[in-house]
Amino acid sequence: MEKNHHIVGYITNIWVWVALVVLTIITITVAELDLQMLTVTVALAIATVKAGVVLAYFMHLKFDKIILTIFLGIVLLVFLSFIVLTFVDYSFRTTAI
Amino acid sequence: MIEQEEKQKPLNFFQDSGGKKGILAWITSTDHKRIGLLYLYSLSVFFLVGVTLGLLMRLELINPGKDIVEAQTYNGFFTLHGVIMIFLFVIPGIPAVFGNIAMPLMLGARDVAFPKLNLLSWYLYIFGAALALSTLLVGKGAPDTGWTFYAPYSIKTGTNVTMAVFAAFILGFSSILTGLNFLTTIHRMRCEGMTWFRMPLFAWALYATSWIQLLATPVIGITLLMIAAERTLGVGLFDPTLGGDPILYQHLFWIYSHPAVYIMILPGMGVISEILPVFARRRIFGYTAIVYSSLAIAFIGYFVWGHHMFTSGMSGPARIIFSILTFLVAIPSAIKVFNWLATLYKGSIDLKPPMLFALGFIFLFLIGGLTGLVSGALATTVHLHDTYFVVGHFHYVMFGGTGFAFFAAIHYWFPKIYGRMYDIKAATRNFWIIFGGFNVLYFPMLWAGMMGMPRRYYDYLPEFHIPNIISTLGSWIVAFGIIMMIITLVKGFRNGKPVGKNPWNALTLEWQADSPPITENFEELPVVTEGPYEYKS
Repeated sequence: MEKNHHIVGYITNIWVWVALVVLTIITITVAELDLQMLTVTVALAIATVKAGVVLAYFMHLKFDKIILTIFLGIVLLVFLSFIVLTFVDYSFRTTAI
Repeated sequence: MIEQEEKQKPLNFFQDSGGKKGILAWITSTDHKRIGLLYLYSLSVFFLVGVTLGLLMRLELINPGKDIVEAQTYNGFFTLHGVIMIFLFVIPGIPAVFGNIAMPLMLGARDVAFPKLNLLSWYLYIFGAALALSTLLVGKGAPDTGWTFYAPYSIKTGTNVTMAVFAAFILGFSSILTGLNFLTTIHRMRCEGMTWFRMPLFAWALYATSWIQLLATPVIGITLLMIAAERTLGVGLFDPTLGGDPILYQHLFWIYSHPAVYIMILPGMGVISEILPVFARRRIFGYTAIVYSSLAIAFIGYFVWGHHMFTSGMSGPARIIFSILTFLVAIPSAIKVFNWLATLYKGSIDLKPPMLFALGFIFLFLIGGLTGLVSGALATTVHLHDTYFVVGHFHYVMFGGTGFAFFAAIHYWFPKIYGRMYDIKAATRNFWIIFGGFNVLYFPMLWAGMMGMPRRYYDYLPEFHIPNIISTLGSWIVAFGIIMMIITLVKGFRNGKPVGKNPWNALTLEWQADSPPITENFEELPVVTEGPYEYKS
């Protein structure tokens, strides 16, 4: 339904804002827990969801051409590979020590 | 009559100064050809500075012990030689010069998509370059870290690292803007009938390169800022005494700098793919395979950075993964080489200077590529890491590859740019001097490296003396060849015989434009009806 509109309504924007605030609170709460190896993974996962919400609603990606989402997806995939490959090194190094 | 016709013809881009005079007509021009030439002239100056530093290093190494400079000066020499050659010549080289001059013409476009942004890229390039060179003159002298600025030494050294790092950061911006401009140009400005698979391979190579420039360069920007933050604010990112991790720096640095190797070599491969069909009078073999191999190199190139860190203390499983990925990237590179060779097969080969440099590229790049595999294998790299073998290897790729492709490109597009032809006989002689000298200069490095001579050392053991003498002699031959090449080209520019639109009988669109091209490239935009290499063999 919303795909037909390019102007996002106030209510949606407020819900997005609430979601971002909640996710920020979760980030802070999780940081207090000792998740060891998962600390960075969880923080990055929450940050990714937040960035996704901002991109989709505030930057209107949800209402734009699919090709832009595909390009962005490829970029995110490359970026994800950087992180995964770097952490392959770190996780095995930690275990070895 | 002819005079009357000529008066009605639009001015070429040299004649049309946009109502401005002297140097202003150049440094405020948004014409892609003028900007390309601005890059060519500024790049050439920096290249000659880099060559001079290289010659001084080779002179210092002609004998063991001190010859001409102190150890600290030598450290500054090799750092600046690397920074200048990598960031000021090899990375921007072919895209900024020939991408700017030839690519819009090849696409049948009037200019790039964002001409003002294009000029801004050049200004950023000059600003970054000035900053890099000024490290020589101010503060505590040129950085002595090597062009890779490895932490924790780069955090601790008193030399001008912050300034050099900032220079590289600015140069990165220039690179990103050029990439963005080219991507948009290729997507949006192709002339009528030029479908993606009728596009010249040079444009395809630039397309793949631009994606790397756009996606990988920001990583080095952030990394270099982290170095600056650590040096100035004492944040513990890379320094182990502050809780940082020096290997993290190496990861971040090479996440950009290895894809950057493909920023350097892919446009060169594009140049070779243009020249071979023209001088073999054959349709290029495996057009589609070459296109996909460019994209594959760009893509896989993102994931192989770890092979620079095999002996750094990285974990075993990571080393195995990076080694496998490294071997994968050899596949698309080999696809290109085999397609080039197949293009030559049964061709009417004309050994003009651009073709000689292109063939020189294939020969030298093969040595560079194969020595790369030796360095990428986990067992052999332990012996060869940080030896002169690696120095020899990457000079075969960077100079033998990108450098020779740059020389091929200048000899190929020279008549288009200036409307005159250089002395073919002299240029052929220059090629043989440079090609011969190149192998005398760099092959002994492979040999010295196999014997265990470490790189970046000011001094060496007497057993490495002979390869070092030969190598230094080679450096003089190469320098002589480069000087002769410049003289030949300048003479061609001043007194060369005027040429028509298409002296090489090539089929890509730039050869339909005047030589030199008019300001907006074409009086009427061309319409494409077939592929760019339909030579009747």
